[in-house]
Amino acid sequence: MIPEIGTLALILALLLALTQAVLPLWGAQRGNLTWMSVARPAAFGQFTFILIAYLCLVYSFLTNDFTVINVANNSYSNLPAFYQFTATWGSHEGSLLFWSMLLSVWTVAVATFSRTLPEEMVSRVIGVLGLISVGFLSMLLITSSPFLRQFPGPAEGSDLNPLLQDWGMIIHPPMLYMGYVGFAVAFAFAVAALLSGRLDAAWARWSRPWATVAWAFLTLGVALGSWWAYRELGWGGWWFWDPVENASFMPWLAGTALIHSLAVAEKRGAFKAWTVLLALITFSLSLLGTFLVRSGVLSSVHAFAVDPQRGAFILGFMMLVVGGSLALFAWRAPRMVAGGAFTWFSRESMLLANNVMMVASVAAVLLGTLYPLFIDALGLGKLSVGPPYFNAVFVPLITPALFLMGVGPLMRWKGDSVPDILQRLKWALAIAMATGLLLPLTLDGYKPWAVLGLGLSTWIALTVLIAFRERVKNASQLFTLPRAFWGMHLAHLGLAIGLAGITMVVNYERELDVRMNVGDQAQMAGYTLTFKGTENYSGPNYEGTRGTVIVSKDGEERFTLYPAKRVYNRSGSVMTEASVRPSLFSDLYVSLGEPLNNELTTWAVRLYYKPFINWMWLGAVFMVVGGFLAATDRRYRIGAKARATADSASPNTQGA
Amino acid sequence: MKRWLPLVFFFVLVGFFAKGLFLNPREVPSAFIGKAAPVFTLPVVGQADKAFSTTDMKGQVWLLNVWAPWCVSCKVEHQLLMALADSQKAPPIVGLNWKDKSRDAERLLIQTGNPYVAVPDDLSGRVGIDWGVTGTPETYLIDQSGTVRLKHVGPIDVDIWRNKFVPKIKELGA
Repeated sequence: MIPEIGTLALILALLLALTQAVLPLWGAQRGNLTWMSVARPAAFGQFTFILIAYLCLVYSFLTNDFTVINVANNSYSNLPAFYQFTATWGSHEGSLLFWSMLLSVWTVAVATFSRTLPEEMVSRVIGVLGLISVGFLSMLLITSSPFLRQFPGPAEGSDLNPLLQDWGMIIHPPMLYMGYVGFAVAFAFAVAALLSGRLDAAWARWSRPWATVAWAFLTLGVALGSWWAYRELGWGGWWFWDPVENASFMPWLAGTALIHSLAVAEKRGAFKAWTVLLALITFSLSLLGTFLVRSGVLSSVHAFAVDPQRGAFILGFMMLVVGGSLALFAWRAPRMVAGGAFTWFSRESMLLANNVMMVASVAAVLLGTLYPLFIDALGLGKLSVGPPYFNAVFVPLITPALFLMGVGPLMRWKGDSVPDILQRLKWALAIAMATGLLLPLTLDGYKPWAVLGLGLSTWIALTVLIAFRERVKNASQLFTLPRAFWGMHLAHLGLAIGLAGITMVVNYERELDVRMNVGDQAQMAGYTLTFKGTENYSGPNYEGTRGTVIVSKDGEERFTLYPAKRVYNRSGSVMTEASVRPSLFSDLYVSLGEPLNNELTTWAVRLYYKPFINWMWLGAVFMVVGGFLAATDRRYRIGAKARATADSASPNTQGA
Repeated sequence: MKRWLPLVFFFVLVGFFAKGLFLNPREVPSAFIGKAAPVFTLPVVGQADKAFSTTDMKGQVWLLNVWAPWCVSCKVEHQLLMALADSQKAPPIVGLNWKDKSRDAERLLIQTGNPYVAVPDDLSGRVGIDWGVTGTPETYLIDQSGTVRLKHVGPIDVDIWRNKFVPKIKELGA
């Protein structure tokens, strides 16, 4: 019964989405206020019904209703309850429903926080979001229903993929999807602006906080994904340039370009056509990611169960959404040119350079990701593109962007003088170069990439300091600075921290594959690790073998690590549970390999030393906080307040 | 004209994606197809005094199925292999017992049935390396002259058997 209610709720949500798309868009075109006023109630209604459908799915999972095929395939009665809950987004069908729900959450947010905007604009934005929702809800109902049943149901489910039974997986997909879907709002604003022909600074100001929030969520999602891979995959890697990772990284790069380009569009009225195009591209790349993960055109460690029919559906949908919006762009964009003039040495030109390099990076990653597909489709053979390509192409493209990141925020709009900037930045430049050149001397080996990475990282951090010093005369002023200022500089500082972490871990990590008997010792980065043997233990849905490794330094016992292997009862799959001792400056990471004798006293053990790896995720946290601060700057809130006052005043005036 | 470029570029991509939907990226051609099958001689599971050699199969079409007692998808495939062995119509199947450290193969085959004409024991995985085995199960079709004709990665199901193996076996006249 409950799953059928879920299906019914989805059908009703689809009907409401259609209403939400058609009437407000048509009304906005015709200037019909009645039709436009349908937008908000329809959005709230759609959200309600999708939420009901989602809760029905949650209920089916929590009650182990294995007559629901999706539950039978992705759950298990002994699975801990919170994994039963997260399993709702662990499959293709469930995650699609989750996607649709988040889209309706964003739509409701737009409907709520856009009361100051002209009705026509809001109607168009909500209408476009409705169109996108129509696509996803139809896909759910036609090709991917999570509520399909089988009778009789199996006595037991086949368990959630053990890789997903990790608490990093509980928060990673929601954050990532919030980012993907959030860019739908920026997309909708761009399409609305193209439709209305009103592509002005006001448009940029309206869509900018939305794009920034989406970017912050996506940053968090990507960082959590990388953190999960590091902890869960058992070999200490945190980024593999896998197609699915690239699928999340491309919208991130494009989104980064977008939020910077929006700054110019808002403040100076320049780059408007370009900014609109970026908004379209960013969301298109989010859709592309959905297509790549779910259609099976690329082989990836992540891919969902693959079905060409679904692939064809998403492709058709993408053609409508992306093709349609790009056609609209081609048709409408040229009518809205003009913008403030600026010289080659100005904040605008720096942001333009940032955009060019970001977009070039997107193109490089896109090419590498799709190259195997191109070659295969042309019948030229099978191949895969690995990290060497991406590192070789990505690093040179991003390096100049990182350098300019230090200069841009300190420059004036319209034009600045070269000697002036040099004067302000000469110390930062000197210290950054000295740090880059000298700091690696104190480290384990002098490596050119370390020089570059540490130099750039110091450079960015110092320019952030300069920005604060020039702006703040005494400490109390720190609290009166606009959130936008704090946001931008915290995010930039976050990138500097993350860059330092990446540089250190890539250049100075160490790994050791050893054969260890009970009582054997291994040396790693000044630590002595003693293997004390293994013992068996049982989890709710797995049997495990846990090793004990005692870590000492300078003859003194410091801590104990418990690397384990688990065999999941239902699927029989074996998972390596690495044991990590994290600290601010380095991680010690031990994972248990294979037993090398029948008595289970000798094991292959892998040891990793990961210096500064947590700085990567710390940096991401700074970026996320920065993003949220910038998006809630006073100038975005003040309009809302003014309008709210006006609204509450109006009944009185009418009454009088 | 410039402003139409994003759209044109997008449609080129769509063309590739549409084509890509009908391709399988996991289908990796084996370097051994059309080449002579690597020769090996190994002890046979459960018959310590006997050895299996690829030369024993000379002159007939046969299948080499790489499996292991610890492999779950091999258990799925096992039923089909049993049916094939019973039908008497399929070529003889040799079951390469790959990296079986648990030494469970003999017991398992007694319990669940043995579809194989011989079960060579590749404990070290050496022979697997020669054959380019990437994981279990994998199945190779070898013709009368000892040439590898087909390789399938992953468990065989009825569809794969009918559409991939049967036509090839007919072609070889077995």
